[in-house]
Amino acid sequence: MKRRDLLLAVIALLMLWQVAAMLLRQPILPSPIAVAGVFWRELSSGELGEHFLVSLWRVLASTFLAILIAAPLGVILGQSQRLNNLLSPVIYLTYPIPKVVLVPIVLLFFGIGDLPKIVIIFLILFFQILVLVRDQAAAIRPELIQSVRSLGAGRRALFRYVYLPASVPAVLTALRLSVGTAVAVLYVAELFATQRGLGYYIYYSGSTLFDYAAMYAGIVALSMMGLGLYFIVDWLERRIAPWQFAR
Amino acid sequence: MIQLDHLTYNYGQGIPIFQDFSWEAHDGEAWAILGPSGCGKTTLLYLLAGLRAPTAGKILIDGQPLERPRPHTGLILQDYGLLPWATVLQNAALGLRMRTFYGPDGKHAPKDFQPTENVNTWLERLGLTAQADKYPGQISGGQRQRTAIARTLVLEPDLLLMDEPFSSLDAPTREDLQNLTLELWAEQKLTLIVVTHAIEEAAILGQKILLLAPPPNIHPLVIENPEACTPLFREMPEYLDICRELRRRMEIG
Repeated sequence: MKRRDLLLAVIALLMLWQVAAMLLRQPILPSPIAVAGVFWRELSSGELGEHFLVSLWRVLASTFLAILIAAPLGVILGQSQRLNNLLSPVIYLTYPIPKVVLVPIVLLFFGIGDLPKIVIIFLILFFQILVLVRDQAAAIRPELIQSVRSLGAGRRALFRYVYLPASVPAVLTALRLSVGTAVAVLYVAELFATQRGLGYYIYYSGSTLFDYAAMYAGIVALSMMGLGLYFIVDWLERRIAPWQFAR
Repeated sequence: MIQLDHLTYNYGQGIPIFQDFSWEAHDGEAWAILGPSGCGKTTLLYLLAGLRAPTAGKILIDGQPLERPRPHTGLILQDYGLLPWATVLQNAALGLRMRTFYGPDGKHAPKDFQPTENVNTWLERLGLTAQADKYPGQISGGQRQRTAIARTLVLEPDLLLMDEPFSSLDAPTREDLQNLTLELWAEQKLTLIVVTHAIEEAAILGQKILLLAPPPNIHPLVIENPEACTPLFREMPEYLDICRELRRRMEIG
């Protein structure tokens, strides 16, 4: 996709919004220009920025945690048929459970603060990464393993030079697939037991303050976070997995 | 020197692929292992590479029992042997990196291993300099096999094992690489063992041809082909003779 086309799409969407706001003429749909003004005001007054950073921290912390734990585990399961046979029924059953319904339970166990939010996003990313990395590692051709072993590689070198690099695209695919879900669930998780984060900010602005422009500013901020993370994954993929794009 | 000493190998409980099978190859010989699919030729190569262990009997290389891949043995497979995420240069240097990773421990790398930087020399020798920064997905099948050859020869092997190395290549590229293999075999004083299902390839690359039959293989059937590996062998009447003989014997088997 070209940058210019993306920019055109942004402009088209904003224009659609503007037209809808002009037709509806209700406070529940402020125009993008009004929202932009509030967005800027809330950002420079510090409040929106702080909520944004809190939310961003929760997403990033859970992402790193999930990669750190799920990727090596996926490689181990992908390598060992026996371990995989042992654990795959558990994964099979737990993978499709919508993790967002676990929010109340996680809140009960981890209380208030950042931890329960990080845990819930971690759970989503963890399963996504685990499954994709496991399948990727299991799909490595035996010929490749044998020829690398013939060069003198033992278990450690196979891990370092074959399994680890092979899992990089799987981790990135998992992130690409789940970054949207992660931000959505972050929103839900921030509705409860917290006074920080964009989820709280959006909910509080809309339902308590009836400041719809601020609510929209919060939604824009959350959307920008999701989009930004998606762009970062995209960029990382080109950066650290360039062979997938080389033709 | 390679010795198979009363080797038996089977997968699970089935008919053994090799049963009490003894065979030897001497230093500097060029062997082709020929047979129909399922005869165990690839298994034999993996056994010689130390990637599989015999069910019974012994494999000796230079008098030493073989228990793991040996640092001075090179292995080249038909395909998929290169790391898709590494460039030609990185792939060619992989064996060296592996040796640096473990250090000269005598198991993963020879005890007397000295890190060398002759990867580029080999790339140049094999005509890959222009491809050095490309990924395996970007180059031709012939170039991929050249990369695999470079990666192996950088490690200065004395024994080169090849499994159907040129089967997926088109005819001119295949002949080209067969000639290159013979050239390198003579130049590097290698012992060469090539597994193939193609009669013509066995005739070109094997001064001695080990003919395997459907299992169990008990007695080795060796066919001498002394004229092979001479220039223009393809044009000589002996080439056609040996092909005819191999074809006849494979039909009987």
